[in-house]
Amino acid sequence: MTGQAATKLVYFAWVRERVGMAEEHADLPAGVITVADLLNWQKTRGENYEHAFEHANVIRVALDKTHALHDAPITGATEIAFFPPMTGG
Amino acid sequence: MQAARHHDRIIRIQSEPFDVPAETARLRAGRADIGAIVTFTGLCRGEEGRLQALELEHYPGMAEEEIARVADTALARWPLMGLTAIHRFGLIRPGEDIVLVITTSAHRRVAFEAADFMMDYLKTRAPFWKREHLLDGTTGSWVEAKGEDEQAAARW
Repeated sequence: MTGQAATKLVYFAWVRERVGMAEEHADLPAGVITVADLLNWQKTRGENYEHAFEHANVIRVALDKTHALHDAPITGATEIAFFPPMTGG
Repeated sequence: MQAARHHDRIIRIQSEPFDVPAETARLRAGRADIGAIVTFTGLCRGEEGRLQALELEHYPGMAEEEIARVADTALARWPLMGLTAIHRFGLIRPGEDIVLVITTSAHRRVAFEAADFMMDYLKTRAPFWKREHLLDGTTGSWVEAKGEDEQAAARW
């Protein structure tokens, strides 16, 4: 343990289906500073993640339920969500 | 003289259907300062008989929060007397309602513009995803986001 609490990662729509789970807890590596870093790290976690995050540029991310751009720092976020562009309305 | 009444803001995320006349009545009840009500209802299309239902997945918590943020932006930008936004989730059949936006104001232009803004922003920012369930029993694909929706939101 690094002393830092694990971060809750949640997935929706086809990102959830490709990853194969709706949520998990993970210890983020120290080098993961921005949303883009996080997306790159996700790709390295196995075939399912590689598939889910293959086109990382289209994936939207929310930090503690607020939309975040890919260059945003993830500092202190306890829940990070990954999902495709929204299609509600 | 009566003090000006604060605007009403109603936001709900629910699986059950909503009642448009009842929601409209709620916004206008007990006040005589409203001159215009715009009501927009988004429905599930049957897609020429192909579609059995639309499945709407959402991000609980964030859906309410994000729609509230969009609503607050609209309320800060236009002099509205009331704003209602209701979005359903779960399985929705062709002909059923999906989303409701109601805006009330003294004059029509404000109510039209704010409702249009709400829908453009709901479509591109509220965390909902549609998937088609087809009549032949298969689960179709996730509906793809349209570039024109982003362009519509960028107008504002």
